[in-house]
Amino acid sequence: MRNAPLRCPASAAAGTICVLLGALAGCAQNAAPPGATGPNASERPPAITPVAATAEPSAAAPAAAGGETVAIGACDGGAAVEVPSSLTGQPLADSLMDQWQRDHPEANWVAEQQERHALIPPADNSDLLKGDQGKDHAYGNYTERDILTWARETEKFVAEGSRIFHSADELGSTVAVSCDMCHPHAANTHPETYPKYQTQLGRVALLRDMIDWCIENPVRGEHLDPNGAKMRALEAYIQSQRKGVALNYGKH
Amino acid sequence: MATYKSVETRYLEDRRAFFRGLRNLDRRSFLKVSAAAMGAAAGLAAPHSFTPVSVARGAESPPGAAPQPAFRFAYISDSHLYERDVNDRFVRGLLRAVDDVNNLDPQPDFVFYGGDLAQLGQAKELELGAQILKNLKAPLRIMVGEHDWYLDMGQKWRELFGPPTYSFDHKGVHFVVLNSVVERDFWTARGMSPMERMRTVAGLDNGLQSPFTVGAAQRKWLQDDLARLPDDARIIVFSHSPLYKLYKPWNFWTDDADEVQAILKRFQRVVVIHGHTHQLLTNRIGNIHFHGVLSTAWPWPYAPEGMPEITIQMSRPDPFNPHDGCGDGEIHVHPDGLVDKVYSLWNRNPVTVSRAYMLSAGKESVPPLPNRPSY
Repeated sequence: MRNAPLRCPASAAAGTICVLLGALAGCAQNAAPPGATGPNASERPPAITPVAATAEPSAAAPAAAGGETVAIGACDGGAAVEVPSSLTGQPLADSLMDQWQRDHPEANWVAEQQERHALIPPADNSDLLKGDQGKDHAYGNYTERDILTWARETEKFVAEGSRIFHSADELGSTVAVSCDMCHPHAANTHPETYPKYQTQLGRVALLRDMIDWCIENPVRGEHLDPNGAKMRALEAYIQSQRKGVALNYGKH
Repeated sequence: MATYKSVETRYLEDRRAFFRGLRNLDRRSFLKVSAAAMGAAAGLAAPHSFTPVSVARGAESPPGAAPQPAFRFAYISDSHLYERDVNDRFVRGLLRAVDDVNNLDPQPDFVFYGGDLAQLGQAKELELGAQILKNLKAPLRIMVGEHDWYLDMGQKWRELFGPPTYSFDHKGVHFVVLNSVVERDFWTARGMSPMERMRTVAGLDNGLQSPFTVGAAQRKWLQDDLARLPDDARIIVFSHSPLYKLYKPWNFWTDDADEVQAILKRFQRVVVIHGHTHQLLTNRIGNIHFHGVLSTAWPWPYAPEGMPEITIQMSRPDPFNPHDGCGDGEIHVHPDGLVDKVYSLWNRNPVTVSRAYMLSAGKESVPPLPNRPSY
């Protein structure tokens, strides 16, 4: 397990974490505990329950050496996939992942969102690995994997905001209006000026108050929960696109 | 101390006063209240409807006065209509513009529509737009925008309005209408459906689409169309996108603008009127004067870089003031073919970008500067 990087893209639309296959991703009975690092971790017999086996090689598994295939049920509730029974370990994981990705073309939604809307990437933290900076932190040492995790997770959060920002349906608009119709690339949202006294509201407003105002008025949608997932994502997207602009709260 | 009150505050104050008056209504105050009601109602209908009176009757103007225009036409643009039951706000915007133009006295010689009549190019959106534009008293000339085109590649639009590329002569000026929103095929390779293609193009900040072009075929047509004209001909070109390179990420841009400008270069005076940018936008490149037009649906922010120096930016629209930054306008054509461009902003004073301002490269007849930054 340890040497098999988990390449399981999250399906954001459903808001679920995809745990692909019990055998490999650790949601079955013999899952390794987090941090398990035994030398044999990757050699454990996968907990595959053969639910069907065919004598002839199937089209889906032309590489089956022995001609036997085995069907594996995915724990995300999707259809079972067939793989050659001779496959084990990393090749098996790769084969399963390839099939899953073919069945889920939307799985690359973060990259697609980044390309489509020219999302500004988060800060590059790779400098933290230079010298001794990454060593002896409270929870251990930072590795390249940590740096990558931080970046990917942050990008995903921002991409989710972009997806909502650009979708009248996600915003719950009753008049088919989305944020980008007035604010391409989140222009003219000036998040760096909040909090400020919003004269039209007669009180001090946070960015989220203005987002909510826009959703209720020009967009004609329902009030958003200020701590809800959509508001958090929208704030993340709007702020991320003003990277490098000096904070100047209160500015009119 | 003078207090600034927004249009909305003033409107609400008038309204409150009116309803307070109604509560204690006696015979004596009836007249007073009804007068206020008429005021409020008039305010409701058109709180700041500036209907510029014609300045075309300049026969008796004193010697030395600014030259008077030979004729004028009105413009309406970028209405982005959905069907009425999906969104009636944009429909009301176009209706308001049609009323504005119909109230001009005397009537303009014709009305030019600058493209993006529909939001998603759907037949019902285009039909609704065509139906509303039929209410115009003056003749209509129309140009295509990308929102009209990329669902069915212009089939419905052509059915309603004819070919998108044409020219006509009016009172000694040669008018050319281009389809400047031709995009390279980005959809086939991605396996997009017509609606996916339309929605991609409809997103101003959607980077999957290609840059706008006029294209080789239309450039050839333009060359031929202008071939017979002398260098001192008066020419006005209509294009949906600005016929220059302003800001590529939002397609405030025409990729073959240099080639098109090269065709126009030999003429002494050319005016280009474009839609798409939904804002006060002015540029001058050599002999070519460029003017943007307002939208009836929503204003766009200014491009974060590359703004032409000659542009006087409108201050940023107030989101709490519906239709602020929107409007329609007029174009006064002078005998030499150059124009005064009038932006009739609905909630603000009108702004005229004059021929003299353009000729002096921004030194003379400077329009009033906005009192707030554009952001």
